[in-house]
This record gives sequence, C-alpha cells and structure tokens, in this order.
Amino acid sequence: MPEEKKIYNKGFVVAGLIIFITIFMFPFWYNLGKAAPVPEPVLTEKAKAAKECIEPKSYMKAEHMQILDDWRSSVVRDENRVYVSSKEKEFDMSLSNTCLDCHSNKADFCDKCHNYASVNPYCWDCHIDKPKENK
Amino acid sequence: MNVKYMFSLVAVILLFLLAYIGVEAAGLQVLFGIVIPYAAIIIFIIGVVNRVIGWARSPVPFRIPSTCGQQRSLPWIKSSELDNPFTTPGVVARMFLEVLFFRSLFRNTKTTIAEGPKIYFSIEMWLWLAALAFHWSFLTVIVRHLRLFTEPVPFWIALLEKADGFFQVGVPGIFLSGLVLLAAVFYLFLRRVIIPQVNYVSLSQDFFPLFLIFGIAFTGILMRHFAKIDVTGAKQLAMGLVTFHPTIPQGIGGIFYVHVFFVSVLLAYFPFSKLMHMGGIFMSPTRNLTCNTRAVRHINPWNYPVETHTYDEYEEEFREKMIEAGLPVEKE
Amino acid sequence: MSDPKPNELIEKIDYIPPQKGWMDVPVNIRKGMYCYASNPKSVEYVHLPNARAWNPIEEDWKLPDNWKEIVHTAFRDRLDRFRSFKVFMDICVRCGACADKCHFFIGTGDPKNMPVLRAELLRSVYRNDFTAAGKILGKIAGARELTLDVLKEWWYYFFQCTECRRCSVFCPYGIDTAEITIMAREIFNLLGLNIDWIATPVANCYRTGNHLGIQPHAFKEMIEFFVDDIEEKTGVKVDPSFNKKGADILFVTPSGDVFADPGTYTAMGYLMLFHYLKEQGLNVTWSTYASEGGNFGFFTSHEMMKRLNSKMYAEAKRLGVKWILGGECGHMWRVINQYMDTMNGPADFLEEPVSPITGTKFTNARSTKMVHISEFTADLLYHNKLKLDKSRNDNLIVTYHDSCNPARGMGLFDEPRYVINSVCNHFHDMPRNTIREQTFCCGSGSGLNAGEDMELRLCGGLPRANAVKHVHDKFGVNMLATICAIDRAVLPPLMDYWVPGVGVTGLTEMVANALLMPGEAERTTNLRGEPLSGMEE
Repeated sequence: MPEEKKIYNKGFVVAGLIIFITIFMFPFWYNLGKAAPVPEPVLTEKAKAAKECIEPKSYMKAEHMQILDDWRSSVVRDENRVYVSSKEKEFDMSLSNTCLDCHSNKADFCDKCHNYASVNPYCWDCHIDKPKENK
Repeated sequence: MNVKYMFSLVAVILLFLLAYIGVEAAGLQVLFGIVIPYAAIIIFIIGVVNRVIGWARSPVPFRIPSTCGQQRSLPWIKSSELDNPFTTPGVVARMFLEVLFFRSLFRNTKTTIAEGPKIYFSIEMWLWLAALAFHWSFLTVIVRHLRLFTEPVPFWIALLEKADGFFQVGVPGIFLSGLVLLAAVFYLFLRRVIIPQVNYVSLSQDFFPLFLIFGIAFTGILMRHFAKIDVTGAKQLAMGLVTFHPTIPQGIGGIFYVHVFFVSVLLAYFPFSKLMHMGGIFMSPTRNLTCNTRAVRHINPWNYPVETHTYDEYEEEFREKMIEAGLPVEKE
Repeated sequence: MSDPKPNELIEKIDYIPPQKGWMDVPVNIRKGMYCYASNPKSVEYVHLPNARAWNPIEEDWKLPDNWKEIVHTAFRDRLDRFRSFKVFMDICVRCGACADKCHFFIGTGDPKNMPVLRAELLRSVYRNDFTAAGKILGKIAGARELTLDVLKEWWYYFFQCTECRRCSVFCPYGIDTAEITIMAREIFNLLGLNIDWIATPVANCYRTGNHLGIQPHAFKEMIEFFVDDIEEKTGVKVDPSFNKKGADILFVTPSGDVFADPGTYTAMGYLMLFHYLKEQGLNVTWSTYASEGGNFGFFTSHEMMKRLNSKMYAEAKRLGVKWILGGECGHMWRVINQYMDTMNGPADFLEEPVSPITGTKFTNARSTKMVHISEFTADLLYHNKLKLDKSRNDNLIVTYHDSCNPARGMGLFDEPRYVINSVCNHFHDMPRNTIREQTFCCGSGSGLNAGEDMELRLCGGLPRANAVKHVHDKFGVNMLATICAIDRAVLPPLMDYWVPGVGVTGLTEMVANALLMPGEAERTTNLRGEPLSGMEE
C-alpha cells in the first residue's frame, strides 16, 4: 500500500505547479509590488479657468471617446457642427478647435491616462500635428 | 429537463444581484473589490495546488497509455511517434497537441444508423471548433486584461490587443476575442440543451461555469461598449490589488464590481469543479506516458507478492497423469 | 433462448434518451443482457470472499451485512492506489464526445451505455462519498447515495463494458472507461459479485494452467490430435515438444485455440510454422502449466491478473528458455505489453529476444522478453524465410479485425496486415473509422463471451459486423481475419447473425495454408478440410 505522504513524480508535478503559479502570478511579480502612481492629468490655465468641461468630469472620464465618435459622425455625415450640452450650452464639434483649445497639453493631459491604460486612440493619426497643439 | 440549467442560471443571477446591490445600495466596494478578489486568488492557488498534489499522491502503478498509432517494433515498420510515442520527445509532442489543439477531440465523429442497417460515421467538428474557439479566445481575453494589471504595459500585451482589435470596428474598437468567447459559450450551452445525449448526461455543474463565463464576458463587453466606465479607475483598482496597495477608486459603478465578483467566483469555484481538467489533462496516464513498456520496465511502487499456484503444486496434483502421458516431471 | 431477429434488434435502437433523468430510471436486469452469477466453488477455489450461490435477478443478492462499508473502503483504497482512477473521477466535463463511440451504445441505444454515463454511475457515488461539493449540495452536484439499486445498476452496466478503450481514444483527456470498469469489477469481487463466465475460467486457470481446465495429459492429447490432423492434410508429421527443459523459446497461446473451431486451425498453424522452422534452428516448447495466454484475472482484479500471469515467467524460468513467444490473443497482449513486466518482472533470467532464423533482435521487447507471433512472423516474411504459395488462399477475400487490446493497448497494426498481404492476394480493409485505433470490439470481450448474454453480444457486435458487411457487399469479403482467440470464438455467430457468408480465421492459419512444407504431399484442402483454390471438384 502507498505511504500516506509520498508525492509521486514529484519533480514533474512540483515543476509544473511552479510554472503555472509563476505565470498566474505574473502581475504580482512584474510590478514588484510598486503601485505606479495614478495619473493626474494636468489642466492648463485656460481649462482651469473654464471650471467645467462640456459635460461633468465623471461623465467625461468614461464617455469622452463616445462623444468624439458621435461628433465625427455628426460632422462628417450630417454636416451638423453644433453640440448642445446637457446644460444647454453650445459647442463647436471639433477635437482640434474645442477640446484641444483648452487641453492644449496633450502630453500632460491626454497621454497620461491613455498610456496608463494602454489605449492608443487613432484620433492622433490625424489630429496630432494641428497648429494649436504645437503652440 | 430545464431544472438542471435553471438552477445554475438562478445561481448566477443571484450572484449578479448580490454584487450589484452590495455595491450600489450597501456600498460594499471594499468587500467586492478587495476582500473577495484576494480571497478568491488564495483559494484558487491553494485549491489547485492541493488538487494536483492530491492526484500526485496516488501513484501510476501501471503504464496504460491508449496507443492510437503503430507501435515501434520491427525497424522496417514505420511507427507512429505521435500516437504511440516510444520516447519522451514523442510524449511531449503528443501532449503538446493534446493540450493546445485538443487532438483527441479532433477525431470526433457522429454515429447514425440508417435502414439496412447501415451505420454511418460522419465528421463532427463543431465540438472541437467550439472548444478551441472557447479556450483560445478566453486565453486572449485574459492576456489582454493584463494591461490593467501591469505598469508599464509590456509590448506583447499591446501587440495582442492590436491584433485582437484588428478590424477596428467602432469606437472603442471591438475585440474579436470577446465576441468569439460569447459565441462559443453560447454554442456550448446550446449543445448541452439541444443534443439529447449531451443534455441527458449534463449536470447543474456543467451549466454553472458556462453561465458564469457568459456573465463575465457580457459584463465586460457592457463596460467597454455600452455602460462605459472610467478605465483609469479600473486599472487603479487592479494595480492596487497586484501591488498590495489596495484602493477603491471613486466613481466606478456596480457593473464593474459584478464583473470582478464573477471572476472571483470562477477562481474560487475552479479547484472544486470539473474545471480542474486544466490540470488533469497533464496527469492523464493514458496520454502522458511513453509506450515502451516491453522495452523499459515500469515500476509499481505498491507491487506486492500475491498467492500463486506454483508449478510444484501443479505437478503434485497431476504427476501421475503427466507421467502416464509421457510429459516430463520434476519428481518421478 | 430464442434470439430476436436482426430487424427486431435494430428497431429497438433509439439514440434519444428518455425524458426522465438517469438517476430516476431504475435498473432492469434483463434476460439476454447479463451473464450468470459466479459458481461459489470457483470463487472459493481462488480464495475470494463471499462465495455463495446467488442470482442477479433475485431481490436478495446475499451480500455481507457491511457491504456498503466494504465498497466505500475499497473505493478509497483504489483512489489512493491508482492515479488514473482518481483523475478520471475528477476531470470529466461531460462533453459527450465519447457517447456514440461505444459499441454497446451504438448497438443498444441504452443511454447508460454511453461511456460518460457508465462512468457517472460510479462518479455520482464518488461525489457523494469523497467530495465536499457532493456532500453539501447532494443531487444538485450530481451526487447520490450508494444503495442496493445503485449497486445492481453498477453490476449490470459494468458487465456491459468490454474494456475495449475505444472511448479513451476520443476523450480529450484520455479518460479510459476500461480503467473505471476494472475498478468497479474489483469492488464487485470483494462482495462476491463476479459472473461465472469469468470466475470459473479464473479458477480453472489457477488450477490447471488454462481457462478451460484442460489437464496436462489432455492438453498433450489435444495437441497430438492436431498433429494427426496435420499429417492427414499435408502428409507432414510435426512433432511438438512439451515442458521441455533447454528449449530456447517458450510458446504461450490462449487455450481457446486448442479447444474449439476455428481457433484450432490457428493452433495447427502454429505447429506447422514451428515445424517448418525447426531445421533452421527454432527450438520451441509448449507448456501444460503455462498453457494459457489469456487472462480472465484481468477482468477480475489487478491482483488476480498478477496471480494468473505469474505462470508465464515462472515456467520460462523453470524450463530455462531464452525468451517467450506469444500467440494470437487480444487481452493477453494488453496484459503482456502494459502489465506483465511491472507485475511479475524483472525477467532478468531471460535474454533479449532474438529470432534464431533471421537474427533480428526484438529490441522493443528487450525488458519483457516476450514477442508477438505477428511480429515474429512478419520478420520471417520480410526476410523471405518462408516459402509460400499465396494462391492457395485465393478463394479467400480477406478483411482484418483489429482486436481492441492489441490495437489500443499495444499498437499492433501493420505487422498483422503485412502477414496477411504476404500470404493472400485479396485483402480489403474495413472503413477507416472502424479499424486500427478506432476498431470496434467484437462485443464479447472482457469475459462477456457467454451464451446467456447473446442478445447483448449481438447488439455490441453490431458496429463491427456492420463494417464487415460493408466490405462483404463491396468487395465480396468472405473471411474475417483476427489475432484474438475470443474473436475467433465469438465472431462466427456474430457473422452468421449479421453478415452470413463470412468466416473467421486466425492469421497463422492462413500462413500455414500457404506454407510450402518440405516433404509435403500435394495439398488439396486447407486445414479445415475445404478444397483449396483450384482444387474444387
């Protein structure tokens, strides 16, 4: 009869488990326990002065890409360039002229979160070299 | 017939409500975002290790691989190193194809009986395809999620994400893996309901993980495309977990916690369920052994002496008859 | 017993399972589908427990009072000793890939003959007794308590599995129902629940050295009867030796071939082949003590398998031979290939097998020291060591049945086909899904080749017979060759029932018919006394 405690094929089994756990725990050892600082987007003076974006901050955090997508459709397909916010304020539907007008610091504003969450929006394929940003 | 999956469906719905209400009404973000995920990870690791070690505590007394190809015998007969591996590299190759591409399942056929009688075996690839689609897309989804658990994000994760979103449909782009995962889970569910034999052998515990994974994929897609959440916040929570600086970011809704809770439940449920087939396949003695038993002796650790009928006892009983028949004997 | 007509059997097959869940369908032990209970004398002879007369269709099985405890303890013990059992209990996902791969399911439509469900019969109790989820959630987790009805259900269905392993080929995790059936039968034997078709051959084999209980003098007489028969048909007198010390090779083959047609012709074939090779230096002996290749102990328990198998090495050692040659038998070769060396080895008193005729070293058998007759013969044929007249087999249109155990427990596929193609001109394989590793069982393996379970055998043999019918209709196949003694005993009635007009033969019989023996008279008939091709009046 087998002994109670013995593990058979121990080398293979333990090696297999170690490999499995190592892979499973990848994020734990990859980050070395250091929480990367949560990005704090920097607001330009102009943005600060405006106090609020076109919509409330929490909404903008989650939905800004959706708004831009809607704007694109609206402008390109319907020739409608006017956005009416929930507070009934009107804005020109333009990434370059509206958004980047206040948030002219792409590197310190947009990129901070985008890099953190590893998102690569293709907005910048075209909009990156706009004069306003290079200002 | 419905009872079997209704139970699991209700269980998953209850889990959903538990997390959603727990966060939205009772404000239990810390419980669902930190305590339960940590507990689930610990249960998962300890559970899996325990289970595998438990299997390893039972020896493999006999070498019983299923030989699915020509054995190695005479030098001029071509042997099948993949299906009847004589050497360890052969076993590794066999296991590689088994684990990554479900080779045995690929053999699947469907049997029908027609007038005559005539029995037909037709190719039946759907189970294999769905299984492959399910496992690979799930893996892709998991690896993609590492972007929320690593900082800086390694290039290969971003690369995979790019490949997965290759078609650039919509904003944010649709990931193929998510859709494939949903479709595959749905197919695996459907066949459990529709194919009579499979339905007949299915248990509640066969439906539960399907519903749970469906729930995970569904809440995930919901957050990406419909009820959007602040990804930075999600990453903040995930990073907090894996760097042991747990935090609860502000402004993330209930659906996110449901998603995390479902994943936690899946992790904690894993070691106690059939999902352990992930580890079990590596331990299956009909696949992971060399088929060279006549050339190399396999040792049974508990091989014990048994009562036998010896030749002497045999001759003792039949000696006279043997002598009479002219058979040689040891003692005249 | 009046057997149902083929069309009646077919009509009964319905692959759609009943509405009611399987746990709620009680077992119905039906006549024609089960084998009679073990004879207490046979059980007692090998010192197995609870020897008594009992009848499966009676309510009272005369079990020991603590039978549940015995089952539970035995279950745990086997989980601890066999990783296969433990893993297979845990990891099935019930994908259903195995469902329609079992010949008994294909032939009966009984859902409990789906390999997955056959295993679930045991697994449900495993979950109840050994897993936390089963203990807490009970039936919801697919667990159920062991009751007498459950035990009877086990008994009925684990004696409707021939341990052919076809399901294990298709299972993505390699779950082998044979392994589960073996454990179930081990447990049965602790309660005295064997079937007699296994128990009595086991007792016979233990005592006389072979399943049929042929005593040494009778064994010799029977072989000598073949000697006369061979002389009558070929004019050559062969002179086999028995229990001969100093022989180079011990020959072991299933006793069924000594006993009944058409296996007897295969036995004659061996005698002729060995005689033919004698002048070239083959020194082989038969044993009356190790006069059984098969091993019904394998269908009883691992321990009983070891007890019976031990005679081969013991006899080889006593006679001082160099190595062992094994005849055409199915499960015998699974035991030899996957168990013998481990159980009863190391055979360090033997030498690495070398063919004395060709000088070929059988390195693949260098540890077990036992060579299959098909490997041996194929090697002879490859080196042109046999003078043959293939045309003598011209009236045979042959197909080949891969026996389950040499197929899925060894991988012996091309050697027999090479032999067949060397000795006959008309060979046609059956369809791909029914041969080689996907071969179908004869329906009577693992000790189920009794008479009283004929309906079960005919149902289980349907897929095999149907594939034979396919080549019979297409190519006019009239002979089914096989390398298993149980096949030779059970396939003739199966063929008569499903495919009349197809005979059954062993490989060596065909070899012997084609073999040009030195000094032979003109042969007009084959070993069966039927006219050879071109000799018909």
